[in-house]
Amino acid sequence: MIDLDIDITQGAFQLSAKVRIEARAAALFGPSGAGKTTILDAIAGLRTPRRGSIAVNGRVLYSSDAGINVPTHQRHVGYVPQDVALFPHMLVRGNLLYGRHPGVSPDLDRVVRMLEIDGLLDRRVTDLSGGERQRVALGRALMSGPSLLLLDEPLAAVDVPLRRRILPYLQRVRDELTVPIVYVSHDREEVDLLADVVVMLEAGRIVSVERLARVELHGPTG
Amino acid sequence: MIEPVWRITWFTIACAAGATLLILPPGVVLAWLLARRKFPGRGLVETFVSLPLVMPPVATGLILLMLLSRRGRVGALLERLGIEVVFTWKAVVLAMAIMGLPLLVRTARAGFEQVNVRYERVAATLGAPPARIFLTISLPLAWPSVLAGAVLAFARALGEFGATIIVAGNIPGATRTLAVAIYGYAETGQDSQAFALLLVSVSIAFVALWTANRLVERSTA
Repeated sequence: MIDLDIDITQGAFQLSAKVRIEARAAALFGPSGAGKTTILDAIAGLRTPRRGSIAVNGRVLYSSDAGINVPTHQRHVGYVPQDVALFPHMLVRGNLLYGRHPGVSPDLDRVVRMLEIDGLLDRRVTDLSGGERQRVALGRALMSGPSLLLLDEPLAAVDVPLRRRILPYLQRVRDELTVPIVYVSHDREEVDLLADVVVMLEAGRIVSVERLARVELHGPTG
Repeated sequence: MIEPVWRITWFTIACAAGATLLILPPGVVLAWLLARRKFPGRGLVETFVSLPLVMPPVATGLILLMLLSRRGRVGALLERLGIEVVFTWKAVVLAMAIMGLPLLVRTARAGFEQVNVRYERVAATLGAPPARIFLTISLPLAWPSVLAGAVLAFARALGEFGATIIVAGNIPGATRTLAVAIYGYAETGQDSQAFALLLVSVSIAFVALWTANRLVERSTA
């Protein structure tokens, strides 16, 4: 659960967002320039709001009133930026293990099998395809044992056929590892396939919060 | 007294290497701070570090002499500890270090600025504190520039003259470097001696600069 109540000023751009997100996967949806990535950055601690508060699962990460601003490295959020930013001077294995915290992180074998990157461990990240990079970045974030996963347009950089192949991995992360996901998207199909909750943004404002009925997941057998 | 060329050469290289090693840790950290952090007095630090680059080296030497002589503040303190700097090899190293520092800091800083800030941000989200980010992400990615900066500082140290002659003098076998010796020989008309040292100087400088350029090329490729 994420409690968000923030005002951010960024040059001429003003963002004001107040929302409580309770979902296994929430999509921040809207046109570019709406402030989607800004919200992710604020949750990750990469951008400090002008005022407000941010709490994840009851843990206050930021509060201008209480003078709290937990540094990024203590927030336990896995963040996959749009350009994935795999560390170019490390092999895939080095990337995956970079954020490992013994006792907190999931088992490496489990993560690489789930994302089907077990054959890539000794490859250089510059030799990976777009879909492979995406999955390795996802794995790297998961291996830090995050309490929340932030994905910035996880499927924007890959073409449509590949998109269909990466979505199932995201669904697996959501369902098997039970790490809540907040992700940025401007693709409605992608949102429908992954999100429980859609937070619609426009020009720095939240215009609606919609809960999607997930028929295939909440059916009589699920 | 005519000192063998190899001794002067060896002494100069050793002092320049010592000066480079001395400034490497603080210089690299400073370069990173200037590239990545905003802190009070940043502009002042930036200016002070680069000052030796534009000031007459003789003036820098004079400042060092005033600070380090027995009547100077730092010098008096060091004397009580039994450390003598002025007119010893330590003064040579110090003069070289201060003259080389701006080259190291500026080159390394440019290298750190070239590192995509996203790598450092992602590392932070993965739980890495700033010191670990510096050691595992920023430094390895900026390494060619740091190395190039060190080579430049080393090359600058090899040729140091103005500050050295003031604060360390020209004492054969104790503080005489290549540059100082060339000046001495030229002044006294010992042209063949001066010429031999000149060849050595040119060769070392050439190799150092060539190496630095290759490293910068590699880092920007």
